[in-house]
Amino acid sequence: MDPGADGALNCRTPSPRPQIGGVRSSFAPWEDPAARPLVRFDGVSKAFGDTVAVKAVDLSIYEGEFFALLGPSGCGKTTLMRMLAGFESPDAGRIMLEGRDIQADPPHRRPVHMMFQAYALFPHLNVAQNIGFGLRRQGMAKAEIAGRVEEMLALVKLEGLGGRRPDQLSGGQRQRVALARALAPRPRILLLDEPMAALDKKLREETQFELMSLQQSLGMTFMIVTHDQDEAMVVADRIAVMREGRIVQAGRPAEIYEAPADRYVAGFIGDVNLFEGRVSAAEGPLLRLQAGDDRFDAEGAAAVGDQVWLAVRPEKIAIHLDPPADPRNRLAGKILDYGYLGDWTTYLVEVAPGRTIRAARANTTRAVDRPLGCGDPVWLTFAPSSAVVLTK
Amino acid sequence: MKRGPSPFNIASVVLGLAFLYAPIVILVVYSFNASRLVTVWGGFSTRWYVALFQDAQMLDAVWVTLRVGVLSATLATVLGTLAAVALVRGGFRGRTALAGGVYATLVMPEVILGLSLLLLFVAAGLPRGFWTVTLSHSTLTLAYATVVVQARLATFDRNLEEAAQDLGCPPWKAFALVTLPGIAPAVAAAWMLAFTLSLDDLVIASFTSGPGATTLPMRLYSQVRLGVDPKINAVSTLLIGLVATGVIAVYLTQQRRRGRGGPGK
Repeated sequence: MDPGADGALNCRTPSPRPQIGGVRSSFAPWEDPAARPLVRFDGVSKAFGDTVAVKAVDLSIYEGEFFALLGPSGCGKTTLMRMLAGFESPDAGRIMLEGRDIQADPPHRRPVHMMFQAYALFPHLNVAQNIGFGLRRQGMAKAEIAGRVEEMLALVKLEGLGGRRPDQLSGGQRQRVALARALAPRPRILLLDEPMAALDKKLREETQFELMSLQQSLGMTFMIVTHDQDEAMVVADRIAVMREGRIVQAGRPAEIYEAPADRYVAGFIGDVNLFEGRVSAAEGPLLRLQAGDDRFDAEGAAAVGDQVWLAVRPEKIAIHLDPPADPRNRLAGKILDYGYLGDWTTYLVEVAPGRTIRAARANTTRAVDRPLGCGDPVWLTFAPSSAVVLTK
Repeated sequence: MKRGPSPFNIASVVLGLAFLYAPIVILVVYSFNASRLVTVWGGFSTRWYVALFQDAQMLDAVWVTLRVGVLSATLATVLGTLAAVALVRGGFRGRTALAGGVYATLVMPEVILGLSLLLLFVAAGLPRGFWTVTLSHSTLTLAYATVVVQARLATFDRNLEEAAQDLGCPPWKAFALVTLPGIAPAVAAAWMLAFTLSLDDLVIASFTSGPGATTLPMRLYSQVRLGVDPKINAVSTLLIGLVATGVIAVYLTQQRRRGRGGPGK
């Protein structure tokens, strides 16, 4: 199948409107105006000296949600998380937990637990003592602690390893101990600071799915900080993309990917082809753009004369070996380079000297009649509904 | 077949060790000398050890020295650990000044330190004796203890303390339950260093001691001036044995820890 080959949708009669992302989920408390958030950041700002880490962040996280803070390093996501844990205090704004301002509470009084990036397991305690650490501080009875520790060990699949010391464990096992230790006292919200940064790719993918099923079976609220967009896309119900201390966009992974708020988000999550141009005509939701010598049709909201950017994902661009009949959104070019990834192949197509477009194709068959190679002339097309019109 | 150390290496090691330890070996050997004359070997005997344990003055000096050593080392280690925590963790004004103040005693001549302490005690009207020596030795060894603990604390993972706080420990408890076990080897080493320094200090003890609180180095020094008594060899051998046992014990516990994969990272 050619991704984007179904692009011949009739855009003039777009009803019933398809849902963005194509994944159905009924869990969306953030769309319910009556829902009370578990955690609320209310105009929170924080600076370290002259460096502003977090700028006027408003954010609500709901009970049972798996929330991801995504951004490059230094964007303020860790600072935001540490403020919730109590290790930093905001310069301005409030942080509310279950409707209560927790500003005055020190870290040890907050029902918020954190899993540290380097795990921070206590080296002088064994696995069971590490997991029971928070329970002992709560004054739980010894027998009860032992029971809960066993329960947690089973939950993270480390039965029988309670007597080991942290340095007798593998990286993946340590990560599980850290998770069990933070989960054992049943926090209202679990904070995960780059929890999988130290794991290799295969283990990371497994752990992502385990983390999701754990979160769902426990019915707990998780907040993860990560710079890995794939990780955020996989695990999170909702993602907030941060940039320079601000939240640029918050939404479901599919919304972030398919309907990015601006060029930054479009470029940060996945690959994107951008065409800069102006709106030359508008007809309902359909806009006609003039981008240099090229003219494109796309759906979006902008006024005639506005400067806009057209964002098209590589997998939504179809590659044709013969010129398609429909001249709309058609570009002719030559294959400059390609990358074979097994499941996908990404082609770099030169449409004008020095100007390349990225197009991706799923390798759905093992053999192809007319394989593509460098230098081959091709035509690229995309459907007006597959492109996103960005105004900033 | 060019394995093992070369003759040159063997020679230099032997010479180096001889240079370091020949005097001590001679002292130990002559402590078992039957002769009264320190320089003439008169056969093996333990008579000087018997005589030593009958010398009340000498035993008293040993007892004073050990008590001063234990108390001053403990005080210096506690204060030094607190100072190290403040220097490493505290983000307060005047930290550099505190560091300078703590380290000043490292470079200050002992004579000056002893004299200034004496002047302080005289001005304060404190009678010189056991407690003034103990306090003075704490002053002397505090800087050493601070340096040792500070070096370890600087590399100690701050996240561990935060994790403990996150799981419900107030800051002091996080320190006691997590940081202290982590830096314990350094604290023990600091104590040993302070104890050893106190044990062999003569200068400061001479300035700040009073009647009834004569430390062993003071007693030995005054006796040697009257003529060398083989009992001195005996007491010195016992002291060397004590310190060596302590050092080896610390070394072995650390080795065991490491073998078990203790907190060393």
